[in-house]
Amino acid sequence: MSQPPSTAAAEFEGMIKPHLDYLYGLALRLSGNRSEAEDVVQDALVKAFRAFPDLRNRERPGLWLTRVLTSCYYDRLRTKLGEREVVSLDDEAHFDLFDKIVEEDPFPYSDRVHLDFIALFNDARIIEVLGALHPKYRVAVILAYVYGYTAREISTITRAPLGTVLARLSRGRKQLERELWEYAVRQRLIPHPEVRA
Amino acid sequence: MITCKEAVERLWEYLDRNLLRLEQDELDEHLGVCRHCCGELEFAERIREMFRRPIGPELSPETRMRLDTLLRGLERQ
Repeated sequence: MSQPPSTAAAEFEGMIKPHLDYLYGLALRLSGNRSEAEDVVQDALVKAFRAFPDLRNRERPGLWLTRVLTSCYYDRLRTKLGEREVVSLDDEAHFDLFDKIVEEDPFPYSDRVHLDFIALFNDARIIEVLGALHPKYRVAVILAYVYGYTAREISTITRAPLGTVLARLSRGRKQLERELWEYAVRQRLIPHPEVRA
Repeated sequence: MITCKEAVERLWEYLDRNLLRLEQDELDEHLGVCRHCCGELEFAERIREMFRRPIGPELSPETRMRLDTLLRGLERQ
C-alpha cells in the first residue's frame, strides 16, 4: 500500500497543479517541441520541489516557478548548444518586416497585405518561429511578448542585468521579424521572391 | 523631428512603455504626421497580439497523467 504524501509534498502538489498548463505552455514555446517541453517541466518540478522549503511567497509562486523552469531550460540548452549552428546576427538590425512585405508584395491582389501575412501563422507555426530564434534572445522574447512580463521581471527571472534584457529584447524583436518572413518563404506560405520576379 | 528610421526603432519600446518621456513625446509628434509609421505601429500591435494568443490545450491528458505521477513520487527522488 502506498504511503500518503507528507504535508510538504501535499502542499507543493496543491501549489503547483494550477500552474501546470502555464509551465508546459512556456516550456513548449521555449523548446519548440512537446517531448522536450515535457522533459523541461519534469526537471522544473523536481528542482522546484527541492527548493520549496525555502520559498517564502507560496501564495503567488508564478514568478518563482517561471525562474525555475527557465533555469531548467537553460541547463538543457547548454548540453545541446554544441549541436546548434550559431547564426550571424549582423543583419538583423537592418531588417524591417513591414517594409519587406510592402517591397516583396506577396499578395498582389490584396489591399490588406500585412494582415494577410499575419493570418498565415497558426499556433503550430508560431511555436516553430519562436523555436527558430537564437537561444540568446528566445527566453526574453517569449517572456515579454507571449506572457507580458516587463523587462524588470525578466531581469529577475533570468538573473540578467536590466540593460542586458533590454538589449536582448531589441535584437530578439528584429530576429523575430526576420524569422517570420524567412519561415513564410521556407514553408512556401508565400511565393518565393525569385519565382515572383 | 525624428526620422522614420528613428521612429520605427522605438515602436516596440513605445508599446512596452519603456521609452523615456522625451523619447515618447518625439515619437508621438512623428506619429502625428507620418502615416507610414502609424501603419508600422499598427502592424507591430497585430504581431504582438498574434504571439499573445493562447495556444491550444496546453497539456494532453497523457502528459498530465505523467506529471501527476511524478508529483506523487517526488518525495522518493
